[in-house]
Amino acid sequence: MLILTCPCCGVTGEETEFHPGGEAHLKRFGPGSEDGEFTAYLFDRKNPRGVHFERWRHAFGCGKWFHAARCTATLEVFGTYSARVSAPPEEILAMIRARRPGWEASA
Amino acid sequence: MSARLPRGGLLIDRQFPVSFRADGRKLSGYRGDTLASALMGAGEMLMGRSFKYHRPRGPVASGPEEPNALYGIGSGARFEPNQRATVTELFEGLEARSQNRWPSLAFDVGAVNAKLSRLLPAGFYYKTFIHPRAAWKHLFEPVIRRSAGLGRPPREPDADRYEQVHAFFDVMVVGGGIAGLAAARQAAAGGARVMLVEQAAHWGGRALVDGPEIDGLPAADWVAAEVAALAARGNVTLRSRFAAAAVNDHGYVLGVERLTDHAPGAEAPRQRLWRIRAGRVVTATGAIERPLSFPGNDVPGVMLASAIRDHLALYAVSPGARTVLLTNNDDGYRTAIALKKAGLDVPAIVDVRANPSSQLVADARALGLRVEFGRALSGVKGVKRVEAVQLCALAGQGSVIEEIACDAVAMSGGWSPVVHLWSHSGGKLGWDEANAMFIPDPDRPPTGADGAGFVLAAGTAAGKLLTGEVLADAAAIGRRAAEEVGQRPGDEAVPRADSTAEAPLLPVWIMPLHAGPELRARAFLDYQNDVKVSDVQLAAREGYESVEHTKRYTTLGMATDQGKLSNINGLAVLADTLGQPIPQVGTTTFRPPYTPVSFGAITGMARGPLFRPVRRTTTDPWAEAVGAVFEPVGDWRRVYACPRAGESTEDAVVREVLTVREAVGVLDASTLGKIIVKGPDAGKLLDLVYTNVMSTLKPGRCRYGLMCTENGFVFDDGVVVRLDAGTFLCHTTTGGAERVHGHLEEWLQTEWWDLQVYTANVTEQFAQFVVAGPKARGVLEALGGMDVSREGLPFLSSAEGVLGGFPVRVHRISFSGELSFEVAVPAARGAELWERLIGLGAVPYGTEAMHVLRAEKGFIIVGDETDGTVTPHDLGMSWAVSKKKPDFIGKRGLERSYLVGAGRKQLVGLETVDPSDQLPDGAHATSGTRPDGRPRAIGHVTSTYRSPTLGRPIALGLIEDGLARMGEVIDFPVSSSLTMHARIVSPCFFDKEGSRQDV
Amino acid sequence: MAQAALRRFSGEALIEEAGPTGMVTLRGTLRSGAILSAVQGAVGLRVPEVRRAESGPRGSVLWMSPDELMLICEAGEAAGIAAGITERLAGEHFLALDLSSARSRFRISGAGAREVLAKGAPVDLAPRAFGPGDLRRTRLGSVAVAFWCTGPDMFELICFRSVADHVYEWLCLAARPGGRVHLY
Repeated sequence: MLILTCPCCGVTGEETEFHPGGEAHLKRFGPGSEDGEFTAYLFDRKNPRGVHFERWRHAFGCGKWFHAARCTATLEVFGTYSARVSAPPEEILAMIRARRPGWEASA
Repeated sequence: MSARLPRGGLLIDRQFPVSFRADGRKLSGYRGDTLASALMGAGEMLMGRSFKYHRPRGPVASGPEEPNALYGIGSGARFEPNQRATVTELFEGLEARSQNRWPSLAFDVGAVNAKLSRLLPAGFYYKTFIHPRAAWKHLFEPVIRRSAGLGRPPREPDADRYEQVHAFFDVMVVGGGIAGLAAARQAAAGGARVMLVEQAAHWGGRALVDGPEIDGLPAADWVAAEVAALAARGNVTLRSRFAAAAVNDHGYVLGVERLTDHAPGAEAPRQRLWRIRAGRVVTATGAIERPLSFPGNDVPGVMLASAIRDHLALYAVSPGARTVLLTNNDDGYRTAIALKKAGLDVPAIVDVRANPSSQLVADARALGLRVEFGRALSGVKGVKRVEAVQLCALAGQGSVIEEIACDAVAMSGGWSPVVHLWSHSGGKLGWDEANAMFIPDPDRPPTGADGAGFVLAAGTAAGKLLTGEVLADAAAIGRRAAEEVGQRPGDEAVPRADSTAEAPLLPVWIMPLHAGPELRARAFLDYQNDVKVSDVQLAAREGYESVEHTKRYTTLGMATDQGKLSNINGLAVLADTLGQPIPQVGTTTFRPPYTPVSFGAITGMARGPLFRPVRRTTTDPWAEAVGAVFEPVGDWRRVYACPRAGESTEDAVVREVLTVREAVGVLDASTLGKIIVKGPDAGKLLDLVYTNVMSTLKPGRCRYGLMCTENGFVFDDGVVVRLDAGTFLCHTTTGGAERVHGHLEEWLQTEWWDLQVYTANVTEQFAQFVVAGPKARGVLEALGGMDVSREGLPFLSSAEGVLGGFPVRVHRISFSGELSFEVAVPAARGAELWERLIGLGAVPYGTEAMHVLRAEKGFIIVGDETDGTVTPHDLGMSWAVSKKKPDFIGKRGLERSYLVGAGRKQLVGLETVDPSDQLPDGAHATSGTRPDGRPRAIGHVTSTYRSPTLGRPIALGLIEDGLARMGEVIDFPVSSSLTMHARIVSPCFFDKEGSRQDV
Repeated sequence: MAQAALRRFSGEALIEEAGPTGMVTLRGTLRSGAILSAVQGAVGLRVPEVRRAESGPRGSVLWMSPDELMLICEAGEAAGIAAGITERLAGEHFLALDLSSARSRFRISGAGAREVLAKGAPVDLAPRAFGPGDLRRTRLGSVAVAFWCTGPDMFELICFRSVADHVYEWLCLAARPGGRVHLY
């Protein structure tokens, strides 16, 4: 069972306090979008072995959503950060590169 | 025969005899005994029957690894099966029932299986019971199920209580032997919060038995002093009778504390499951001795050498008067020496090694013991008891050189460090060739949230076998653990002990080395599951190369002991047969729990009324008092109907429906979700989350709305009320309050964070009562204080005020089709208002009447008429989907081609042609046939009731292209002999104009 | 209005139903001058630090989330306080609601108080990790709660009204005699 640190209230809590929200940084496609991009927005999700960006909500705590960068293979947590960004911040990317030399963010 | 010795026994107190029963016979032991030691002390060695062949078995081990001596302990509501006698502490009145035998342990009919053992080889289930197919279900399975299986489940609810606790430590040390004590001392010295746990009731582990001197003190004294020193520290939590069951990801350790297993009925909980987060986990879990694989190694009286030594030193019992030692290493000699010194006979030491030279060998010889080098055993005489062993050359086929009379055999195959906890979260192992054992590879530990290793193995668990090494290693690990969690490391002196040098072990996995099939079929690897050397070899010959596959095919290591004794020997035999080195074959996966965890501990306090929270409204005590019938709705408990004295529930529903249609009823609708949405952008947000337009709503007005997911499927509905220019109140379904609130917050926090909106879930702040029926207005007027006239409070309006002295908000909305007022009052005054309304003549009605009333009107219920694949258009509610709004959640989804074309299932009403037929809920409609000739389903019934208002059955259903098929009669084959016919009609069965609600 | 007797259980800890309590939810920009002065005016207290509770003679202020506070006051005062804040903050973007009926409040005190909470909450309740003024929103068993430390071995806890019976029964069972963990 994971432990995560909520960047909104600072609590380092166990997974049962949090609710997972799936892949992070999806771009919303709304009215006017092509069938392909809309379908991808709805259904296409990454399932990497390794570095992954996820959305979590501190459901039993402050109620806020946040992002987590995590390794799905080792469960290492590289960091958590604000939900109000559309891409991982540079310090998170730097942390990942330090821990996983050679890693590059895929599109 | 096994017996209690006249003197000795570190753990027993001869002042306090303890009486107990085993299979009904009254026996006696001493305080401090285990069930196994008490039974042995009473002369009993037969303690179980094996799983498959029902062979008589005695205890093999002295700890939790015991595979044979399993008993059902207790009786009635305190009965628990499959308890290991070697770790069951004796208490006054203990009742033990042997298992897996009929009619008795000594005479077991199932033992005929042993005679058939040639017919029951590895994988026999898979090979034997394949044909004919039907025979498995009706013949083979029932017979196998009756003869297989261990123990019987208890029949009564557990009388004990259990609980859990969350705890946090910098360092958790598992194992209260000398390594654990030394590690804990160093870890705690700098102030780190440390927990030290021991699975047994006593501290010190094997050191008590083998008694090395530590820091100049006898081991037992050193242990006592260390425990006292740790207990005196404020930062150390010590727990014995505590089994660490699992080391999970991110330092999450599960442990079971046995509080009253040894004292049933005490006030305390029976067991406590600890849910621990530790910065570092030190596994000082020691090692388990390995059996040797020789023919007849399962006859009662054959035990691990260490187990015989333990029983001798701790409980002063010996399995026999004449014990032959069979060993491949020096350590086994300690047992022969201990037996000899206790005045017991050791007719021979059979050592497979050619010519070992060491202190222990010399000591044994000095005691006059006969030592046979390069020899092995090719057989054990006796069935329920060892009578003699047959000596042979190791390197032969087993020709008997000599038969040695004896009544016990001590076997020592070397030691396997307990690496289970290290391995649970992915710690890797290395192979120690010299000692023939897997040890934790310190370079590949399990890693935590920060990516660093969080488990450290210490002492024997790390492969250190000599006392001096164990202490030095454990102290260093304890210091390192403290350092790694950022605490000042200890500067305590490292305890010292002399290590007697030992001659190397000689790994021998099958003996005699060239044993033929006859002998190999009598050499057991897994005692509990009756897996023999021959079974593993057969599996290898049949192509099972992977240890994981071999395990499952032969069931090696799959019994309740999870292969603690058999694992290494089994894979060594497999490696030998495959001609591969042992580390290449590898181990099977070590999965939690290390030792069994009771269901009670897993459940903790969450049982009975506390199993899950039941949410109750303010009228719940009233409903309980009047004998209302309840139903669960989500986590809520709601009133289903309020039968009067002598009235059936069905009759009550009919009466309640007719009362609302003809007079006035009152429903507790407090469970409907209520969410405040406030801010300059509140209207904008609601326009995005509802399919229709909410921003144009005037203050004081109500509007029904639908919410969709991005897919375009309906997920909630309810009435929105505009309270003032910047504030809306959104009603949700009963189950939807948290979901909808979460949905709004999710979009606000993660997508539209530029919107200035605050939300609050105020569901529980208000009790909300629906006063509905032609006489509803009269009830509110009788309360007085607000203008509730048609002009003063028109249909679909909302007002705040004081009604009969209650601060309320009244919404003129209707889910019944009748004149209806929904009255919201602060929940603290809910029960009071409820009773006032009833006093004024409003008749309480429940959720079933509410469902019937709404179905008569064709109103949907999310979750009945929808199932997560239904669009607003499918429901005939296109009027609630804005065409003008540029965007809302679900707009793009609804444009997908397959949601707009023909062939969608649409909501319709269904009237059975024969009014005596009532369509069953969920019944499928069929039309024509599929390509395979079977009937083609075209839809199903979503709601079905007998309408009291109309005096006939009505139903709602989702039917393919239903809206275009009005008037058509379709078939519902409800059983093989009955097909109902129903006409497709409008879903609104009553008051189609809606004139009754707007009066 | 008839007031039911408040429930109370004395075991390894004392569990007490606190009875009617005024509770005002306030959402807004917590560090803004407007909110600071509104809170000061309402209960005479500062806006607490993250996951802290401020207490004084007129009530308490709980930090609930980065944009949410809860004001605890006398039962009869909440409606007036919510209305007063609403008036005072007119023109600002905020939300102030009297939610006194939405939740129930309990007091847990005594030598076993920390352990009672630790039996249900995945929270480090050691005195050095959780002391007076500290607040935590978490779960107790499977129910959402918030609790804060009001003194040595004294805690207050709030949960939703609908599960108050469940939480009370849960606390009593956790505090039943014989269940001391002796953890702290």
